[in-house]
Amino acid sequence: MTTVSRREFVSVLTAAGGSLLLGYRVGEGQRVASVASAPGFAPNAFIRIAPDGSITLFMPQAEMGQGTHTSMSMLLAEELEVTPEQVRLEHAPPDDKLYANPLFGEQITGASSSIRMFYEPLRRAGATARAMLIAAAAASWNVDAASCRARKGVVTHTPTGRTLSYGALAAKAATVPVPDKIALKDPKDFTLIGTPAKRPDTPSKVNGTAQYGIDVRLPGMLIATVAASPVLGGKVAGLDDEKAKAVPGVRQIVQLDDAVAVVADHMWAAKQGSAALEIRWEDGPNAKVSTADVVEGLAKASETAGVTARKDGDPPSAFAGAAKKVEAVYESPFLAHATMEPMNCTVHVRRDGCEVWTGSQVLSRARAAAAKVTGLPLEKVVVHNHFLGGGFGRRLEVDYVTQAVRIAKQVDAPVKVVWTREEDVQHDVYRPYYYDRFAAGLDAHGKPVAWSHRIVGPSIMARFLPPGFKDGIDIDAVDGAVQLLYDIPAIQIEYVRHEEPVLNTGFWRGVGVTHNNFVVESFIDELAAVSKQDPVAFRRALLRKSPRALTVLELAAKEAGWGKPVPRGRGRGVALLFSSWGTYLAQVAEVEVTGSSDVRVRRIVCAVDCGQVVNPDIVKAQIESGVVYGIS
Amino acid sequence: MELTINGRKREADVPSDMPVLWVLRDVLGMTGTKFGCGMALCGACTVQLDGQAIRSCVTPVSAAAGKAITTIEAIGNTAAGKKVQEAWIALDVPQCGYCQSGQIMSASALLAKNPHPTDSDIDAAMGGNICRCGTYRRIRAAIKHAAQGGRR
Repeated sequence: MTTVSRREFVSVLTAAGGSLLLGYRVGEGQRVASVASAPGFAPNAFIRIAPDGSITLFMPQAEMGQGTHTSMSMLLAEELEVTPEQVRLEHAPPDDKLYANPLFGEQITGASSSIRMFYEPLRRAGATARAMLIAAAAASWNVDAASCRARKGVVTHTPTGRTLSYGALAAKAATVPVPDKIALKDPKDFTLIGTPAKRPDTPSKVNGTAQYGIDVRLPGMLIATVAASPVLGGKVAGLDDEKAKAVPGVRQIVQLDDAVAVVADHMWAAKQGSAALEIRWEDGPNAKVSTADVVEGLAKASETAGVTARKDGDPPSAFAGAAKKVEAVYESPFLAHATMEPMNCTVHVRRDGCEVWTGSQVLSRARAAAAKVTGLPLEKVVVHNHFLGGGFGRRLEVDYVTQAVRIAKQVDAPVKVVWTREEDVQHDVYRPYYYDRFAAGLDAHGKPVAWSHRIVGPSIMARFLPPGFKDGIDIDAVDGAVQLLYDIPAIQIEYVRHEEPVLNTGFWRGVGVTHNNFVVESFIDELAAVSKQDPVAFRRALLRKSPRALTVLELAAKEAGWGKPVPRGRGRGVALLFSSWGTYLAQVAEVEVTGSSDVRVRRIVCAVDCGQVVNPDIVKAQIESGVVYGIS
Repeated sequence: MELTINGRKREADVPSDMPVLWVLRDVLGMTGTKFGCGMALCGACTVQLDGQAIRSCVTPVSAAAGKAITTIEAIGNTAAGKKVQEAWIALDVPQCGYCQSGQIMSASALLAKNPHPTDSDIDAAMGGNICRCGTYRRIRAAIKHAAQGGRR
């Protein structure tokens, strides 16, 4: 059995992302061929200033509602000394060398990492450009750069009041050497970071002009929809497509081994054609598997010892000495993402190249997937990203890209493959079913003295990011559990990897964090109930070593009026959240039950300590979003 | 088939049972109206037919003949639509934004008929518009903001 201490665990997490630290250095120091080929000043992969004064910022992370385009452009603009109104944003192209997320070493938007990982790199990118523009201006005037300052896209020579705009300086700045040392602004001088700057994407999202992958239109483009094997691992055993071909507007039927696509002039014809297909499926090994079978497998696996992910003190003797032992099992169901924009991908495969238009959280993987299917070299594959009509982890997968390219290979035109909602839900990459087994030992006063938590479920990391599955532990699957803040002297946390390859499973708005937080906090509540203690007081007593957690707990309780009377039929509940993602959060819900089954959430108070806030309104929006997602 | 869309006559050579959604998106290239479910369950496809909010994904184009179709691309030309769009911007309602065309079409239809809706009026009018990002709270606030003429 491998034992990893908590401290070691944190370093494993860091190591999993460590290789990427290299990644983020690259984007800032190198002039970029693709960007620099246009005239003007492109000091790094994120900024281009054209001689006409137009400023383009390249957004390395996908915008799926979480506000990265707003916050990341603020980081660049703050140090570049331009206003948000002066810049235009563009989706960055796929390029792991230039745009890797330092957490992953790849261009991945996930794990709530955009601000955590890009806070400094983007500021450095902006500050580098600013220093070079100032150097260019100083050279033009033959003055000391220290006597010049930049503000709102203009460099001013302070003693004489002479000015030059960034556009006018672009050509000269492009010849200035990239400085080795960069001074970032003192946070007290921030004019943008920390302000509720408006979202640049809002205007286009209220007038219908925002472009999502599904909105792509190309000359000669056809529309396809797909019927994939309803059972994972199933194959097409027979196909009668005569009726589908007879639907007006249907152009072509594409048969893959595990799916059939109807290619048509428009989605209506494609949908009708798909409904008219007579497909005989060979369901394969999963033909008769049910949810109950999956749960049975997990339950059985939960009886076996797992790999120790955290061990504090001496759990066996602590349990032996406890006055009372409490046990519980929690099951967390499969969950679909159900993004509002169904999965879609537009592809044009030509003999000498392939072009892809989609919305992706993993743009470079989308490109690699297209290259693999077509057999083309990577540089012959062009991928265009768009706004994502919801991501939540679903668009961390490239299954829909791979499938669209397989279809497009057989179509002599650009083809937009759009899944129906039914297909989208049936072929989601679901949040895994988890099975959590708990035990706690309480002393005579009801205080926990021993804690045991066994997490049973598949490893998403082993498939998605192998370094994240190390020594038998999926660092995500146990996150939120091993980060347990409660001060309990004996703790044993184990992970049992158990795969049930019946459905595809993946990330779903965090997995380890959300699932573990739910079960841990539920069990803490059960312990408080057994001990006949107030849930806030019970937690408070265990948080003496976690001042930030204690602060959010107290704040949420105070603002929610914890302890004050509630109307008949209502009650309050509390939960605390912490994970390796670094945010401390406490929530109090006021819930009403009327009649036998009508449950209403009347009020939720949430206290958040997420460290440096870049845009407080975006943080608020994300919390509002998470609350609704969690209860819907 | 002749259609009136956003005040303009448009010709579309389509089957009469084709839903308005696909005529707009795939035939006429007006992609502001979104496909979400195809079953009138999510509201992403909402447009207005003679000022009524309807689900374009289940409305056959034949039902729109002789009537005025208004979409997100032109709702800002109506008094209620303009107020709603401005309120949506003032409160930064959208997150991913995919459902917001439908939300705005429903909200504009509500305010055109009922300039000062109560919470339950809002629930009744907006209940069929799903938002996976969970912007409901801001949607409600923005409708009230628009109803009050932009005063917060």
